[in-house]
Amino acid sequence: MSLEIYQEMILEHYNNPNNCGYIENYDVAAKDSNPICGDEIEIRIKFDKGVINDIKFQGQGCAISQSSVDILIDLVRNNNVEFVKDLTTENFIKILGIELSPLRLKCALLGLKTLKTAVYVYLDTLKS
Amino acid sequence: MPLNIEKIREDFPIFKRKINNHQLAFLDSASTSQKPKQVIEAIKDYYEQHNANPHRSIYTLCDEATQIYEKARRKVAKFINAGNEKEIVFVRNTNEAMNILAYSYAMNNLEEGDEIVLTIMEHHANIVPWQMLQKKGVKLKFVDINPDGTLNLNQLNEMITKNTKIVSVTHKSNVLGTVNPVKEIGKIAHDNGAVFIVDGAQSVPNMPVDVKDINCDFLAFSGHKMLSPMNIGVLYGKSDLLEKMEPFMRGSDMIKEVQLTEAVWNDLPWKFEAGTPNVEGAIGLSEAIDYLNKVGLEDIQKHEEKLTEYVLVKFNEVKGLRLTCDGNAKLRNGIISFNIASVHSHDVAYILDDFAVAIRSGHMCCQPLMRRLGVQSVARASFYLYNTKEEIDTLVEGLEKVKTVFKI
Repeated sequence: MSLEIYQEMILEHYNNPNNCGYIENYDVAAKDSNPICGDEIEIRIKFDKGVINDIKFQGQGCAISQSSVDILIDLVRNNNVEFVKDLTTENFIKILGIELSPLRLKCALLGLKTLKTAVYVYLDTLKS
Repeated sequence: MPLNIEKIREDFPIFKRKINNHQLAFLDSASTSQKPKQVIEAIKDYYEQHNANPHRSIYTLCDEATQIYEKARRKVAKFINAGNEKEIVFVRNTNEAMNILAYSYAMNNLEEGDEIVLTIMEHHANIVPWQMLQKKGVKLKFVDINPDGTLNLNQLNEMITKNTKIVSVTHKSNVLGTVNPVKEIGKIAHDNGAVFIVDGAQSVPNMPVDVKDINCDFLAFSGHKMLSPMNIGVLYGKSDLLEKMEPFMRGSDMIKEVQLTEAVWNDLPWKFEAGTPNVEGAIGLSEAIDYLNKVGLEDIQKHEEKLTEYVLVKFNEVKGLRLTCDGNAKLRNGIISFNIASVHSHDVAYILDDFAVAIRSGHMCCQPLMRRLGVQSVARASFYLYNTKEEIDTLVEGLEKVKTVFKI
């Protein structure tokens, strides 16, 4: 384990998130939590023709979970659902650029897990 | 007598361990304690010399295993001053004991309109099993805390009425360290005709607990918080109550006779111990009790009090540190929960790990209490017989690092 995970970028996103907030008019929302440390994340998305038009999160938790979801949202905004579907955990960890222990990995991936849930729920609603 | 910490620490092989090039400072004994070599060796000796399935056959090893297992039960009975060993049921942990009580006692005895009184400081293990009773129309009531983290006894007094059928209270809070006046609470419960249950998970490891003196009907505790292996715990129950209860788990060992469509239950305590028991756990617990008795629970308690006083003085110097509860060492009893500025407890614990300081972080399995306290999570340092002031100094050093990393 190393304290290098608390890089400037991580702390900046944690202290001043770009994407924290609520969308009133959203198409889909998903919420998840990590019971070990109590991290919580809710993501709301407004789509426009399959493209993520607006997306915000609300959450509480450690610096890794909260900064990761903020970085994730910067990454997926204005991209389509396929982009989210194709985003692997490995690639996302690479983008974060920090080395994580197995327990901290759960923190870092909570946002991605929540986002994927939201996208799949959205795709299901389109089908029905 | 002050504890000979240096000698005690030599008994715990894990303290030779270095983590991140630091000497391990284990400040998480309220989660689980470390194990002395006496316990580890007793388990090794059991497997090397005596292993067999107890209560099942008549050969030497089986006889030895049975004797060892039942001797451990007598040891536990004496340790908490139970009437006799029939009142000692070996379980996996406190959580399982509470489930036995909820399923076997409460589900069979409580009816619509009955009430169960708990407190807001309970561990999930003493909340969630009782929630099941709500489907029978049983109401759960929770006694609040005072600002100093003690239980609101006036409210408790009003809340316990003739409708109350069970009062189940933690002896010592795993978040606040508060020791509840269980003897007094038990009297109120009994005056109203309720059964009184004590969660002793945090008290039995570090203070003398006498079930006759408390006059509780049931007491539950876990071995792993008191130097024993995991997955061995105890449900103490007054024999007249245990006699009347249905078994919780059914199958082998808990029967006297089995027909195709019915069975006759075994005597106490085996009626509640279905399947092959955890003999190594019982041996470990027995050895742990010997160890604790040798050191002396009262001296252990005093040692923890001193460390609590010390940590509170040191924490006072850490700017930005907020105690979860009143900083009165007399009330905190070796358990100190806190937060640092706006840093999440998980990050605090992670950075402390860089100094090999092990603390608990999160909701402590007490989400209702966290909500009551208005915090999402806390960091918690807890002390036991092997902890030192130097470890607290390292903790404080680590907390300064937390502030540096988070630029506070």
